[in-house]
Amino acid sequence: MILNPLRKFINKFACVGILAGLVLMLGSQNVHAEYGDVVINNYSDAAGMRPAVFPHWFHRIRFRCKVCHADLGFEFKAGGNKITMAKIIDGQFCGACHNGEVAWSVENCNMCHSGNPGTPTHFHGSTVQRLVAPAYKSLESK
Amino acid sequence: MNFKTKSISLAFALVAVAPLSAVQAEDAVIAQSDTINVASVSAVNTFNRNLKKETNINAAPSEDGIHDPANDSTHVLQPPKEAFSGFVTSKFGNYVDWVKTLEEGKINPRWDRINPAEEAFVMDMDIVREVKSSVPDVIFPHRQHTEWLACANCHPTIFIPQQNANQFNMSSILLGKDCGVCHGKVSFPVTTKSCGLCHSKPKPADWEPPMSQASLKNPWK
Ligand code: HEC
Ligand code: HEC
Ligand code: HEC
Ligand code: HEC
Ligand code: HEC
Ligand code: HEC
Repeated sequence: MILNPLRKFINKFACVGILAGLVLMLGSQNVHAEYGDVVINNYSDAAGMRPAVFPHWFHRIRFRCKVCHADLGFEFKAGGNKITMAKIIDGQFCGACHNGEVAWSVENCNMCHSGNPGTPTHFHGSTVQRLVAPAYKSLESK
Repeated sequence: MNFKTKSISLAFALVAVAPLSAVQAEDAVIAQSDTINVASVSAVNTFNRNLKKETNINAAPSEDGIHDPANDSTHVLQPPKEAFSGFVTSKFGNYVDWVKTLEEGKINPRWDRINPAEEAFVMDMDIVREVKSSVPDVIFPHRQHTEWLACANCHPTIFIPQQNANQFNMSSILLGKDCGVCHGKVSFPVTTKSCGLCHSKPKPADWEPPMSQASLKNPWK
């Protein structure tokens, strides 16, 4: 079996191993998500809703970036806009279109709240996530 | 960075000998789904340990790992493959060449939320950035960008509108800053197959990379 000093050493590294395993697990999930999908989960989980998933690729077929990121004021930051339902029904953010005028309206809760429960706010398929060493950690906490 | 990578791989090796079978099983699953396995060699020595390959390109929402298949509406969402049929393809990102798809009129995304007739304010101005490396210099084309974006999306928050007033390099781009604010997230990502889209101005034929001082001064050479 394993010698005692070695075992101590192992214990020290086991948690790093588990962490690295988790990072890889996340990584292997991201592999399938469409490039440009954003999971937004600042509040959803806590409120018992599935996280919201915003598909960039779907929207950019219909709108140029300028509409959302200049006219509607979406910041270039996943989770950075602090979107809430109060703002949405007030016509801000998603609510500028999902109002039954430009696109289907807000009572279709689960069209947006379609994410796997527990998924953190995240950008999927990004270059940073694809790097072998998870350099994105430091950015996330920024 | 180098040190960190080493300690993680060391940890992997150690975890495998330790009686932590749960972790080991996890690793094996990962190895199976993402990499080519060498016959029955132990999971820690998978052939291309760190290679990440996309196995399910343009996966439908119900099988992409971020949507909940137990949610009825998930199955109403459009699968990317259906949306992209007939688009000009590429080898990365959405596997769509968005520039050509737009140019060829296969899509006509609105420039205004309501008015479909409003047209983009396109400006054709290339900015060349000389690169201190053997790779071709970078041409930043305003045209393809202003097809999609307003000047205010970049100026002045991401870039001061003056040639060479901004310092950036590959590391900052890979970390999601400068060009990397969009490239790597929504616009085409940075991968071996896309380098040439940005690095598109070949160096003069007689260009040689500068020699490192450490080697020039090496008394043993
Ligand atoms: C157009 C997309 C969209 C629709 C439709 C939608 N939501 Fe949301 N909702 C969001 C986004 C985006 C957030 C922010 C998510 C976060 O940060 O967790 C959010 C946040 C929430 C939150 C947590 C924050 C808060 O405001 O309390 C709750 C609860 C919620 N939604 C419930 C609902 C319910 C119930 C419905 C249906 C009546 C609904 N949503 C419909 C996009 C949507
Ligand atoms: C229909 C609206 C919409 C359109 C069109 C749109 N975006 Fe976004 N974008 C969003 C939303 C929503 C988010 C997430 C914001 C949040 O979570 O608060 C986002 C986030 C981003 C981010 C942040 C990534 C990060 O660092 O976390 C980038 C970069 C981005 N978009 C680029 C683009 C580009 C480039 C285009 C055009 C090709 C575009 N977007 C078109 C709505 C849009
Ligand atoms: C600029 C307008 C606009 C904004 C802002 C916008 N959307 Fe949409 N969205 C649309 C349109 C148009 C559709 C297509 C509706 C249809 O198919 O009938 C759509 C469709 C969708 C779909 C369904 C995609 C599918 O597969 O059919 C989802 C999910 C969605 N939006 C989520 C969001 C979320 C979440 C936000 C806010 C973070 C948001 N949208 C903001 C215009 C917008
Ligand atoms: C995608 C981001 C982006 C957009 C959108 C954009 N620019 Fe730029 N712009 C740049 C970059 C990058 C540079 C080069 C900066 C450098 O070399 O440090 C630049 C440089 C410039 C310069 C300086 C040129 C020189 O010779 O010094 C001007 C002027 C300018 N842009 C105007 C505009 C105008 C007007 C628009 C809108 C029609 C616009 N830009 C849209 C990224 C952008
Ligand atoms: C604000 C977002 C944004 C920033 C910042 C940005 N780009 Fe882009 N870029 C785009 C979008 C959107 C496209 C359209 C193609 C796509 O989405 O893949 C594009 C396209 C391009 C193209 C055209 C490719 C082709 O097929 O013709 C080049 C080259 C390019 N970008 C280089 C750069 C460089 C170099 C920088 C940094 C100096 C930069 N971009 C910064 C959003 C951005
Ligand atoms: C989105 C555009 C873009 C893509 C894609 C891109 N680069 Fe770069 N690259 C740049 C810019 C901008 C610079 C900085 C130029 C300068 O110094 O002004 C740069 C600089 C470099 C440098 C010089 C060293 C440094 O960090 O400044 C090297 C080497 C390089 N890139 C290699 C690559 C390789 C290899 C790839 C493909 C994996 C790649 N680049 C993809 C935009 C890009």
